[in-house]
Amino acid sequence: MDNNTIITIDNLAKRFPIGGGEFTALKDINLKFEAGEFAGFVGPSGSGKTTMLNIIGSLDNPSDGDVNVLNTSVKNISPKKASLLRKQHIGFIFQTYNLMPVYTVYENVEFPLLLLKKSAAERKKAVLDALEWVGLMDKIKSRPKQLSGGESQRVAIARAMVKRPEVVLADEPTANLDTENSHHILDTMVKLNKELNTTFLFATHDDKVIKYLNRIIRLEDGKVVADDIIKK
Amino acid sequence: MIAIKLALRNLFGAGLRTFLNVLVLSISYVVIILLNGFYQGWGEQARTDSVKWAYGQGQLWHASYDPYDAFTLSDAHGAIPESLNNAVAKGSVAPVLLAPATVYPEGRIQSILLKGISTNQKAIALPSDLMVAMGDEIPAMMGTRMAKSMNAQVGDFILVRWRDANGTFDAVEVRVATIFNTPMPTVDAGQIWIPLESMQKMLGLENEATMIISGDESQNNAEFSGWEYQSLPDLLSDIDELIETKKVGGSIMYLILLALALLAVFDTQILSIFRRQKEIGTIIAMGMTRRQVIAIFTVEGAMHAILAIFLGALYGIPLLVNMRTNGFAMPEYADDFGVPIADTIFPAFSLALILGTIILVTITTTIVSYIPARRISKMNPNDAIRGKIQ
Repeated sequence: MDNNTIITIDNLAKRFPIGGGEFTALKDINLKFEAGEFAGFVGPSGSGKTTMLNIIGSLDNPSDGDVNVLNTSVKNISPKKASLLRKQHIGFIFQTYNLMPVYTVYENVEFPLLLLKKSAAERKKAVLDALEWVGLMDKIKSRPKQLSGGESQRVAIARAMVKRPEVVLADEPTANLDTENSHHILDTMVKLNKELNTTFLFATHDDKVIKYLNRIIRLEDGKVVADDIIKK
Repeated sequence: MIAIKLALRNLFGAGLRTFLNVLVLSISYVVIILLNGFYQGWGEQARTDSVKWAYGQGQLWHASYDPYDAFTLSDAHGAIPESLNNAVAKGSVAPVLLAPATVYPEGRIQSILLKGISTNQKAIALPSDLMVAMGDEIPAMMGTRMAKSMNAQVGDFILVRWRDANGTFDAVEVRVATIFNTPMPTVDAGQIWIPLESMQKMLGLENEATMIISGDESQNNAEFSGWEYQSLPDLLSDIDELIETKKVGGSIMYLILLALALLAVFDTQILSIFRRQKEIGTIIAMGMTRRQVIAIFTVEGAMHAILAIFLGALYGIPLLVNMRTNGFAMPEYADDFGVPIADTIFPAFSLALILGTIILVTITTTIVSYIPARRISKMNPNDAIRGKIQ
């Protein structure tokens, strides 16, 4: 693995049992990602984008091949190691935000730092920094149901970024947002990608997102059909 | 520690749902403690009253005496041991002579137990010293229950018929000298007390008794031929058994209440695990192990019980202190229970009772919280993140 490579995917295949047979979600995937990339898996529904992110995020295991994330193989990784990898190095952004409904904005963003057992002072500083990045300082005490879709997704970004992970996995982050909010979210992510050198990996079929990507990996029926670097 | 912190955050965030569960659990605490305290207080009072009014510090029974067989009474009498004469004279022991008799209140026939007791006795609380003869009539005393059943009042003359030691029927009118109020039906209902000397003369059993009640524990060591010693624990065993039986009956009520409270917690947990699948998937994605998530949900459930302690204390302590101070007023028909019941029962709340209840409720709540939380271990986090019901 090169010094700058943080994710390596070797001959990855993923099959799911369906009825009496198997459904192949991914096959023959070989990719490398370097730190600071702003890349996306693009393709129609069922092409394997989300499965790809789940395996990189150690939420799922490969059927064949291996994925190496920050020098940790996710093949047959123990649940404890997988949770440690996610806790320390990976941030998640979901299509439906997945905020804790009973927590305030502050508490939602603070959550990953509680898992990392950071001190109260460290948590406070990091949470305020993260909310500053996404421009939600005035919503600290609000609860998710008091926020708009765009604001909720910005909280989700702050929550993913607050621990300064090496990798952020974003699954259809703009699917529930209007155009204006989508651009706002993506601008925020581009800014964080540049300032913090965080690697962003998207699963998307939204053209608005695709326009922001520096690398587009097209998936069809579980196979990589194109891997394009976009010069900007 | 983090499980407790997050569980507390989730509980306070859930607001009304948490409050309702905590309220029901807190009622369980208070009712369990109150009911047990009631039975404990009743038991203590029944024992105290039994000692005070009937058993003294132990009794000597004539070898033939069987309190459950009235036919033994004709033979159940013997000379009072000489070595007890001093104690009888001082009143620290109370010889009692028993005989079946009949009274005729308002033209009716009523079978009673006629009891002779030394008037100077201080072994039990019966006011035998108030049986003072005014002339040559025989003074008598009875309890309020007996007086009510006969419609008798102080100063009334009552015709009593009995059979003496030779089997000869005789009758005499006794004057009601006093009517006493006692929580002990066993010294009241169906019986009339007269002075021992009069009783001995009526039966032709000079210096004899059926039982001797001791008011002083130090006199209980001696053994007397023809007499059997009944220790206080022996005498109280029936009451203890009865209280235990009542306690079991009463516990059914608080078990039902506890079951309802636990059902509420169980239901909340089941509902939470279904409703919060997306949240469960998300926190697993953020780096929690499933075991940690199960711990959070279990602690969350158990925390209901902890919060219920504080809520229960808020209204339970004043309530229990008030009950302890003012007691429960018992209805008149409580006499029908056949056990000593005072007009007012003062519940007794021991530390063991309070801690035992807290531990019982907390452990059972934790168990019913853990059982549904185990489902989390079978969840697929990817489906959970999308909120797909599993």
